Amino acid sequence: MRRRDRGRLALGMDPLASSGRKKACLASPEQARPIGAPGSLCSCSCCRDQRPETNIQPSSAGKSADMKNLCLGAAVVAAGLLISNPYHLQVLTFIGIYTLLTLGLNMLMGYAGQISLGHAAFYGLGAYSTGILTVHFGWSPWLTLPASILLTAAVAYLVALPILKLHGYYLGMGTLGFGMIVFIFFREWSRFTGGDSGLVGIPALALGPVDLSSRTAYFFLVWGTVLAGFEVCGRIVNSRVGRALRAIHDSEQAAAAMGIDTSRMKVHVFVLSAVFAAVAGFLYAHMINFISPNSFDFMTSVRMVTMVVIGGMASIWGSVLGASVITLLPQWLHVFMDYEMLVYGLILMLIMIFIPQGLVRGITELYERSRTR
Amino acid sequence: MQELLQYLFSGLTSGAIYAVIALGFTMLYNATGLINFAQGEFVMLGALSLVSLWKGFELPLAVAFAGSVAGVAAVGILMERLAIGSVRKPHPIVLVIITVGASILFRGVAMMIWGKDAHSVGTFSKHAPIEIGGAVLLPQSVWILVIVLLVVACLQFFYRKTLTGKAMEACAISKKAAALLGIGTERMTLLAFAVSAAMGALGGILIAPITMSSYDMGTMLGLKGFCAAMLGGLGTSWGAVLGGLLLGVLESLGVGFVSSSLKDAIAFLLLLLILYMRPSGILGKRAVHRF
Repeated sequence: MRRRDRGRLALGMDPLASSGRKKACLASPEQARPIGAPGSLCSCSCCRDQRPETNIQPSSAGKSADMKNLCLGAAVVAAGLLISNPYHLQVLTFIGIYTLLTLGLNMLMGYAGQISLGHAAFYGLGAYSTGILTVHFGWSPWLTLPASILLTAAVAYLVALPILKLHGYYLGMGTLGFGMIVFIFFREWSRFTGGDSGLVGIPALALGPVDLSSRTAYFFLVWGTVLAGFEVCGRIVNSRVGRALRAIHDSEQAAAAMGIDTSRMKVHVFVLSAVFAAVAGFLYAHMINFISPNSFDFMTSVRMVTMVVIGGMASIWGSVLGASVITLLPQWLHVFMDYEMLVYGLILMLIMIFIPQGLVRGITELYERSRTR
Repeated sequence: MQELLQYLFSGLTSGAIYAVIALGFTMLYNATGLINFAQGEFVMLGALSLVSLWKGFELPLAVAFAGSVAGVAAVGILMERLAIGSVRKPHPIVLVIITVGASILFRGVAMMIWGKDAHSVGTFSKHAPIEIGGAVLLPQSVWILVIVLLVVACLQFFYRKTLTGKAMEACAISKKAAALLGIGTERMTLLAFAVSAAMGALGGILIAPITMSSYDMGTMLGLKGFCAAMLGGLGTSWGAVLGGLLLGVLESLGVGFVSSSLKDAIAFLLLLLILYMRPSGILGKRAVHRF
């Protein structure tokens, strides 16, 4: 406590620092300069130290990120056109939805270094607000999309203000408590949510005359959204905001001393990740056409955190990998029948024990080691 | 008045169990700085092994009791040796996910051994319920309260009077300093895992006669024990006891006077409230930054 106060004191005395602070606050995602543009090469110590941690290097990030996005886009188009097995398409669509969730949470955990053990609440809020508005009030799904995003963002903002003052385990517990309360709310407010038996009859999506309910169409819709999410996150990560977030990740006090409005930054990234979760919830609700509280319980929150960590924190591409592994694992483990849960827990532990840095970095390191040998 | 007393009795009963679970959390957190998400699974393992040993193998209650506690403590030691201790660069989030993985693993194992059905055992003794001021106090509640009180007293004795207890307290204050003084910190970590698993098992054994035990009972109990630990102040033993009892009583009053659908929400509402008003808990002295 005392140390932070001293940091603030220094901040107040130094006119340069306070002007820097203003700049950092004004840089919203939209205004942020995309990386790759001249002059964006960052040389501050916080970014230099952070470089090995991130996949996308600020200097050449623009091009390589664009290339990667293009590759993923091509892969998505190819998969959508080639795969006709409805089951495979559905699994891939699920991976897309989970990628979206992981991407948002990764911005919060990997970049800003704030843990959330209650993110399933925002996923659920997105799903339930569109579900209730379409089923009980007959709204068009395209109207409920902005409504559910706005509602979730508002809730996230209100929650974030007090909760992000906490640190470490306390923050984890606070978000856990919030997630549980929202889950219990879904379960008990049965007049609108249908309680334990769930909410039935959520309409499928249609874009004018084009029906989006076919597996292929929905696959493209979800993965199109994921690609858009990648673009947004890639730009944020390599902007001034992204550097500020990583500075907070390393040391909040140092970041504050560098003129970053840390609490505001944290609230913003929390709301951003909640919005990602809300969009994922919207896509999930209209895909399955049925939602029940159990899809948004504590274990879902934990699964989201697991997807982030297994893929690799502070790695946008890790999000795809983490989401894929955690979605596919139970599918493959079906052969184990009753042992499924046992094997799942075991694999989770083994990955964390042997590759705690996440799959993306773990595999890269293995590859490099094998080359140098 | 009679109603209030009745709610108080049932609140204290469940509160005592939350207190034991919270004590388990607190002990481990103190010695290792780790929050163990598998704590609730220790509770489940304790309850189910009592079901097997006492009802299944028809051992005497005392033997079944001790056997369950010892068995779960051994599971705790195994968990430390095989999973937690073998991580090279322990980052707190990684450790948390390992414990989550362990909790899923334990649930899977329990499902294999005991199946998906819920089991029940009889109460510890066949005394008639005691009537106090018109409210009924069940003999099992008396058992629970007495045993929990005994355990808390033993823990206090252990920490204050024995060399091992003092060494453990030293580890909690500063691991490095303790190691410099010649305390085997690794052994202390093992001991902390064993005792905290035993505490979880104890909670499970006590709760088994008043509820149905199944492989998935642990998650909610673990989370509530957690809330109790935070409520009283993470890292303080008396805080864990106070937090547990307070949580139990408030939960029972909330169910009685407001709505039963609130039951599970109360713990988490209290958690948010205490985090907002006083993050270090009722008895905690300082907020700890661990991440």
